[in-house]
Amino acid sequence: MARITAGITTSHIPAVGAAIDLGKTAEPYWQPIFQGYEWARQFERDEKPDVVILVYNDHASAFDMKFIPTFAIGCADEFQIADEGWGPRPVPTVVGHPDLAWHIAQSCILDEFDLTIINEMAVDHGLTVPLSLMFGQPEAWPVKVIPIAVNVVTYPPPSGNRCWQLGEAIARAVRSYEADLNVQIWGTGGMSHQLQGPRAGLINKAWDQHFLDRLTTDPQVLRHMPHIEYLREAGSEGIELVMWLIMRGALGDQVTELNRFYHVPASNTAVGHLVLRPAA
Amino acid sequence: MTGFNGDVNAYLAQFDDIPGTRVYTARRARQGYHLNQFAMSLMKADNRAAFKADERTYLDGWKLTDAQKAAVLERDYNAMLDEGGNIYFLAKIFSTDGKSFQHAAASMTGMSQEDYAAMMLAGGRSPEGQRSIQAALSMNAEEALQAALDAGETK
Repeated sequence: MARITAGITTSHIPAVGAAIDLGKTAEPYWQPIFQGYEWARQFERDEKPDVVILVYNDHASAFDMKFIPTFAIGCADEFQIADEGWGPRPVPTVVGHPDLAWHIAQSCILDEFDLTIINEMAVDHGLTVPLSLMFGQPEAWPVKVIPIAVNVVTYPPPSGNRCWQLGEAIARAVRSYEADLNVQIWGTGGMSHQLQGPRAGLINKAWDQHFLDRLTTDPQVLRHMPHIEYLREAGSEGIELVMWLIMRGALGDQVTELNRFYHVPASNTAVGHLVLRPAA
Repeated sequence: MTGFNGDVNAYLAQFDDIPGTRVYTARRARQGYHLNQFAMSLMKADNRAAFKADERTYLDGWKLTDAQKAAVLERDYNAMLDEGGNIYFLAKIFSTDGKSFQHAAASMTGMSQEDYAAMMLAGGRSPEGQRSIQAALSMNAEEALQAALDAGETK
């Protein structure tokens, strides 16, 4: 039986990807950030997950304004690296797990979660930067990846509660998959940041830390946090944090926090990172 | 749970109370559809070259309003946001210019890139006084009243 053994949250800042790709990780500005992920890199070497269900948002790379799926699942054999305007990141092609992905898609739809099925899609920094942070610069990614793309660009994005429920539905689907697979689910994006308008540069350390605390020990409160609170407190792009609730909903009520890292700034953004273990 | 009580307009109205922020609502998505799709076209190298060679002619190939075209030509990102642009789409324009997100963000705040970068290194922009236009106004009114009272007491 497939099982979800860990949940990981991480920011997916494009400048972090550029720092890796350009060999700048040892520079004083970047070194503390990569140091903060060292624990998780060792964790992944020990855990050897087979599949990562990677919740992220596309940043006008694969999706333009023609189609705006709220929740989409990548069911392809592989996903090419998006050219975001300066050439694709020099990272391995992302290999999917179409059998489990289609199983999740079918199970969720029958479970009344109507996911959009995607058979061809390029993936941008939202998906590849977390892989780089967790696995470094391998010849090939050591895991198969099922992308879950969430619309957090055009309003309204999904509610926190809906994200949580999707996580629960994904967990049910994984449990009903026969093959013995070690599956992780990652929630990416955040933490506080605003990239637009005169208020750009907003960072809210106290709120971010409180969010991390509640995600671990009091997540039910977060299910019902209105969108406006994310925007007021964590900046307009802080709304990406609703995606973390998909990860958290998939882990069940009780989790153990194995590791936490928080850092300001990476370019325009606060970096937040958790490794969670669901109760057995 | 979303701040939605059955009234979309009430849900949307909340976003107008955030200082210095243009939330990408359906109204802006409709207003900026062609502006954003134009920006998206710059993902292709050939289109970037054509745009760089003659920006005005390239823009004339899209159904943009004059105000949208002017905002693009002037690289006025706040004006582009006001015209329905979304920052992730507009990013294709400053990427075409070889500029970073931090450059664009700084330009929208009216700060130099150096000052903006220094603010980020020092922990970013504080949310204090930046959460709500209404709250800031009533705070200012309270402060003004208190100042008037204080002034009265010292007479």
